[in-house]
Amino acid sequence: MVKPRTLYEKIWDAHVVERRPDGTCLIYIDRHLVHEVTSPQAFEGLRLAGRKVRRPDLTLAVPDHNLPTTPRRDAQGNRIPIADPESAQQLAALERNAPEFGVRLIGDADVEQGIVHVVGPEQGFTLPGTTLVCGDSHTSSHGALGALAFGIGTSEVEHVLATQTLLLKQSRTMAVIVDGALAPGVTAKDVALAICGHIGTAGGTGYVMEYRGSVFRDMSIEGRLTVANMSIEAGARSGLFAPDDKTFAYIKGRPMAPKGADWDAAVAWWKTLVTDEGAVFDKTVVIDAADIVPTVTWGTSPEDVVAVTGVVPDPQSFADPSKQAAAQKSLDYMGLVAGQKMADVAIEHVFIGSCTNSRIEDLRAAASLLKGRHIASGIKHAMVVPGSGLVKRQAEAEGLDRIFLDAGFEWREPGCSACLGMNPDKVPAGERCASTSNRNFMGRQGPGSRTHLVSPAMAAAAAITGRLTDVRELLHNKEGVVA
Amino acid sequence: MDKLTTIDGRAYPFGMKNVDTDIVIPAHWLKTISRNGLGRGAFEVLRKEPGNVFDDPAYAGSPILIAGDNFGCGSSREHAAWALGDLGIKVVIAPSFSDIFSGNAFKNGILTVVLPQAAVDRLMEVAQGVNGTPDPIHVDLEAQTVTTRFQDRFTFEIDPFRKHCLLGGLDEIGLTLDQGDVIDRYEAKQAQDRPWVVPAAVA
Repeated sequence: MVKPRTLYEKIWDAHVVERRPDGTCLIYIDRHLVHEVTSPQAFEGLRLAGRKVRRPDLTLAVPDHNLPTTPRRDAQGNRIPIADPESAQQLAALERNAPEFGVRLIGDADVEQGIVHVVGPEQGFTLPGTTLVCGDSHTSSHGALGALAFGIGTSEVEHVLATQTLLLKQSRTMAVIVDGALAPGVTAKDVALAICGHIGTAGGTGYVMEYRGSVFRDMSIEGRLTVANMSIEAGARSGLFAPDDKTFAYIKGRPMAPKGADWDAAVAWWKTLVTDEGAVFDKTVVIDAADIVPTVTWGTSPEDVVAVTGVVPDPQSFADPSKQAAAQKSLDYMGLVAGQKMADVAIEHVFIGSCTNSRIEDLRAAASLLKGRHIASGIKHAMVVPGSGLVKRQAEAEGLDRIFLDAGFEWREPGCSACLGMNPDKVPAGERCASTSNRNFMGRQGPGSRTHLVSPAMAAAAAITGRLTDVRELLHNKEGVVA
Repeated sequence: MDKLTTIDGRAYPFGMKNVDTDIVIPAHWLKTISRNGLGRGAFEVLRKEPGNVFDDPAYAGSPILIAGDNFGCGSSREHAAWALGDLGIKVVIAPSFSDIFSGNAFKNGILTVVLPQAAVDRLMEVAQGVNGTPDPIHVDLEAQTVTTRFQDRFTFEIDPFRKHCLLGGLDEIGLTLDQGDVIDRYEAKQAQDRPWVVPAAVA
């Protein structure tokens, strides 16, 4: 009898090129996304060693991290120069390296351009049962479609470019089970934050997660992308969802997806990609959906989560002395005091975007609250950055851009934007941002910036009131009932 | 890659937990297209604090960094490993590391040593100096030991392949390319079993 296997083990086994006596495996990589920040040194390494890209057809390059989100072409269609010379140089390097090595580049002004983790699924480049890598830790996102996807460093980028393989040790497996139904106002982002809070930012280290249970089965593909995206914030390099009919419907017809007989063959195999009855996970974490509420972060780690109805925790309340010290340091940095109500925390900036929450459903969720409303007077800057040019176009077709603009938001060009303080979109020192991104690290959104991670609906709610706000209050007020 | 066999020297008694790679090297340093010179940006935010270990002359040029749990979490940026390397760090000792960081460190000839918290605490004491002057720490990769002149002796585990590469200063890409024929065979089989893996051509 064949030993029952988890989804992860099935994908792993299908990609073993060679197994070594010590258990290390040479693993074949089916998909490689390349962006401008973590690839220049890799291409330079190939050039110096006289090496080629083994499979340019399995490689796709998209600039995202460094690109300003202001217009890229003037009225005559001429390129608007990028002010920061280092950013310009890095983008130019990608534009030079991709054609030199035969890799397809989706350029800065192409409508398909966007954040790599939005573009991959959108183009049908990301497929179930494939191994997918990118020099970016949020590559875990693609696990939403059942791809074994993980972030790699630049040396590994170079290794994949040259050999289309990586030398890896098999990870342990962790089942993350959330059963039940999410309450109104509770979104995929809240689930992701709840998981970070439950297991901690190192809880998933060494594991590949599989998201199981009714909440994840019922979740849209876009919600799954949000959850899988934040696997890395809980320490797991990769997080998987078993592909299902929703997955197949999402992928079918996308430009780079299989067609005709190839499609049928692919779906037949994808349907086998479920964890077998009786397969054993190394660890199981169970969270009750009823315990998940609209969530915000109070500190400088994604595990520092609290209900928006809650208060800033007292550092002394943590059992571990080092966590007490870290919490105090976080509170000092964040300018918060223990016992303060989260819903009293005033904010100056709102950022809706990033690979976590910049897809059409995210924009719809925010827009539905903002319709007919305006940002509070205390908000200095509110911005929506669609995940890709195609998301932007879709949103504009639905009139969402008008809703955001009328509400006082800026409507930007696609890119990583204020998620990481690398391009011109930053939060000034000492100022506070309600952000739909994934990391609230010190200085992440710019030196001295203070980040509160929230869902798109909660970001919109905060924009309307000027403080961190329980989205359910606004759902009540507007519709008379909880939506 | 330089060979790494034994490392002897002072250690930065850093000890901080959950150090993310944004702390090791903030994003604005990532605009470089080179691997070099990132030491200037290493721990930039922490170095603004008076009395930080990285600017303490007693530790200047130390080849060892002692850190807390979950070192290198967050972003996959290899710039973090390059920045540490540029500071002259050859060994990082901590109770645990993020998976991506430890891989990046290894690929740049930096050894990550996992030791229990109690051992790390003891090494922090030694690094700070039992008599006020920092005492050196000795790391032996072949023997897989960390020792001090006070008879402390801690052994650590390391993946045999990583050990082999570090000791020999080997180029992993070159090693894999030598196996081109096995990769060819895998691709031929995949083309039969899963031909749809090759993306549809885009007009």
